[in-house]
Amino acid sequence: MRARTAGSSGTGTGTGPRLVTRRRLLAVSAAVAGGVAFGAWRLAQPHDNPLLDGLADRAAAPTPFVRIDAAGVTLITPRADVGQGIQSLQAHLIAEELDVDPHAVALEPGPVAPAYYNAALMAEGVPFAAWDRGVVATTARTAAAAMAHVLGIHATGGSTSTPDLFDRLRLAGAVARETLKAAAAHVHGVARADLTTAAGAVVLPDGTRVAYSALAAQASTLDPVTDVALRPASAWRHLGRPMARTDMAAKCTGRLAYGADLRPVGPAGGTLFATVRLNPAFDAPMRHHDATAARAMRGVHAVVPFEDGIGVVADNTWRAMQAAEAVQIAWDPPAYPPTTEALWAHLDAAHTPDRRDSRLRDDGDVDAALAGTVLEAEYRVPLAAHAPLEPVNATVLITPERVEVWTATQVPGFARDAVAAALGRDGDTVVLHALPAGGSFGRRLEVREVVLAARLAAAVPGRPVQSTWTRAHEMSRAYPRPPQIGRLKGAVRDGRVHALALDSIAPSMVESWAARLWSAPPGPDAWITIGGHDQPYALPHYRVTGYRAPASLPVASWRAPGATANAFCHEGFLDELIHAAGADPVAERLRLLHHAPSRAVLQAVAEMAGWQGPHLPAGADGPRGRGVAFCLSHGVPAAVLVEVTATDRGIRLDRAWATADIGRVLDPVNAEAQLSGAVLFGLGHAIDGALTLADGHVQQRNFDSHAGLRIDQVPTVEVRLLETGARLRGLGEPGTPPAAPALAAAVFAATGTRLRAMPFADTVDFA
Amino acid sequence: MRLTVDGTTHQVDAEPEMPLLWVLRDELGYTGPKYGCGAGLCGACTVHVGEAAVRSCQLPLAAVDAPVTTIHGVVDAHGRVAAAVLDAWIAHQVAQCGYCQPGQIMQAVDLLAQDPAPGDEAIRAAMWGNLCRCATYPRVLAAIRTAAASLAGDGPARG
Repeated sequence: MRARTAGSSGTGTGTGPRLVTRRRLLAVSAAVAGGVAFGAWRLAQPHDNPLLDGLADRAAAPTPFVRIDAAGVTLITPRADVGQGIQSLQAHLIAEELDVDPHAVALEPGPVAPAYYNAALMAEGVPFAAWDRGVVATTARTAAAAMAHVLGIHATGGSTSTPDLFDRLRLAGAVARETLKAAAAHVHGVARADLTTAAGAVVLPDGTRVAYSALAAQASTLDPVTDVALRPASAWRHLGRPMARTDMAAKCTGRLAYGADLRPVGPAGGTLFATVRLNPAFDAPMRHHDATAARAMRGVHAVVPFEDGIGVVADNTWRAMQAAEAVQIAWDPPAYPPTTEALWAHLDAAHTPDRRDSRLRDDGDVDAALAGTVLEAEYRVPLAAHAPLEPVNATVLITPERVEVWTATQVPGFARDAVAAALGRDGDTVVLHALPAGGSFGRRLEVREVVLAARLAAAVPGRPVQSTWTRAHEMSRAYPRPPQIGRLKGAVRDGRVHALALDSIAPSMVESWAARLWSAPPGPDAWITIGGHDQPYALPHYRVTGYRAPASLPVASWRAPGATANAFCHEGFLDELIHAAGADPVAERLRLLHHAPSRAVLQAVAEMAGWQGPHLPAGADGPRGRGVAFCLSHGVPAAVLVEVTATDRGIRLDRAWATADIGRVLDPVNAEAQLSGAVLFGLGHAIDGALTLADGHVQQRNFDSHAGLRIDQVPTVEVRLLETGARLRGLGEPGTPPAAPALAAAVFAATGTRLRAMPFADTVDFA
Repeated sequence: MRLTVDGTTHQVDAEPEMPLLWVLRDELGYTGPKYGCGAGLCGACTVHVGEAAVRSCQLPLAAVDAPVTTIHGVVDAHGRVAAAVLDAWIAHQVAQCGYCQPGQIMQAVDLLAQDPAPGDEAIRAAMWGNLCRCATYPRVLAAIRTAAASLAGDGPARG
């Protein structure tokens, strides 16, 4: 049994979804047919090397990722570091071939440029399961990757950075190394083949070391040497071994400068500080305002009206915040369901045939299998915030010649273009300095904060304006994760799970986000059912259908968006079915999983935990229980097992185990941190991560609610990473989706209470 | 008023109600303490005032009654303890996004200065208010245990 793919002779019923699917596939086929010829031509033309623009004399940039001058070596690490450690990994990938110490060279994010496109991000945007390596799925992925190349999408997200850059950065290092060797060969009259490299130097046959920096001028006169071979894994000195992150010491000593730590100086003076105050209803207009009192407050330089609020520029962030609150404002009401109940009703109303968006899984005869005794359940996934600890901020300096922007963003190209459009400037005059982020979880895929900062800076030309969102805005006015209803039916037979049907009802996050950045893509949105339709279970009767609620309040990405919602519904209900069948949650999943790496992660997590079923003898503090869940997302099979005690004070998380298979572990230290962090993120938000609406306003304004876990709630976490998968994968997100359903199953085992709606704390108390 | 930060005394001209955080960051340029919540709920702004770890976003300038130590000056102020904590933090590769870590470290230094051998419950109680959205907590716990062990023995100490 496989998820439906193009050309399969599926046995689905009904004409609506099949027609939609078919149109989609025709569109993909056309893109492939047209794209290969064009793509082959275009792909053969590498993007311009942006480092060559304005490169100093006697400096060399043999690839877009390496610059060498008399002062030393600079590695370009274009993917945004939002905490996942990708800057350090990018440096180590280049260094592995270039033979430099990643801690001893300069690291820069580089300019916004097509040379830094993300092929993997686009490739995973197609509606095929990650384990589907069939011809059509593979071709569609290739076409999407070619689109990313042609369009030059320079972005970070979807746990794609490592697979995207694994070969490219090592090749860049190798090209730079061989070009430096060619320069040394030329200068010293020896054959390139007789040279080696070590620790930032070319080593001549007589053992003399010539520093790369001393070869920069010569290298700048040469064509890059591109006939290079990558070193085999057996020769690696960094990759696959425990690494020290390049940013660790700076982060632990307070030396690392985040966006709000910068104090640039402009021709008219030093940095000014700003904040915004927007309609508490998303994107609803401001009717009128009176800033008289605010303008008279100490330190205030400007009050700038926007369509949906105001911004204040002052000489201190706190003064800007005080003044923003002092502006008298009348707001218009929102144009979307104003309460949590109305929003659920809006989703419920979309559970109709005409809102059917996709049916990417339809195996067996589900209707017949569900004709007898069935189990039914409804799951709910609420709005949630990203709430990175660093509130989104941007610093903008406008001069007649150019605009400079300092910000942490996952989409620097879109941010630059949006600033240029807002200011009526040519994009080439906007320089974006990409910064490390104090967390993101998908938050920094948005650009409006940067645009508003630019509009504030326009009020004070020649001075940098640093606009920081308040925590209340960050929590309540950043576009949230979409809500979702999962309606499930299932049947068991002879002690086995016999049928499962999931209807996922949600607004399209992709539509909402893409329309803000560029334009909404046509066709069904696979993200509504991702983490559901693409799971490698061989259930005899198995159907996953997406229903797209009409766009209402704007929604955004999250950590493993879509998969986190669908894994909760799918795995939560699967646990119910397995319980009804009287089967073991691990054994029954192993029986159903047809994908070897997925079976392996589940077996590994059960082995680590010494799994003997969900029930444990009661402990001294109360009844105990265990739950397990699985999800394949971002190409990574991941399993989580949780053990809880139902204490007098509430549910206590005692222990958690997690496994994932990312094909190859490049940095075991950081990989452990990413998987552990993603699991704890999923557990914490399952417990208290929910935004509620009243009058169209998000009610949660700070970390007294919606905090995620705190240290006193954290279970012990034991992680094991497997490397059997065929492809190398990223690990920033895949640990999150299975966390919530594993916890729900554990709570059921300990208490008999089924948790079908997040936040769990609305149903049971947690210690 | 006069304010001593990391051993340097400054003349500050600011409203008495301005929170210390914003005096440090925007008036004086000490950007180690971070703005995370503005409400004493996350701990990213933690500094020491005198001997005590405090949330600088909640302390009005007028209430600052002792020299202030930030992450930048903590090794000078708390040599042996701070060095042990920083070494342990780096050895355990604690930070992910890193934004909360100056606050975590200031809180941990305060804990170990008062209680050089805390048990896990004491660590959790002391660190409860320091939120980490990346959930680096298992390594925070491990690093504090390591720092405590190194302080108890002949472990590395730079101060």
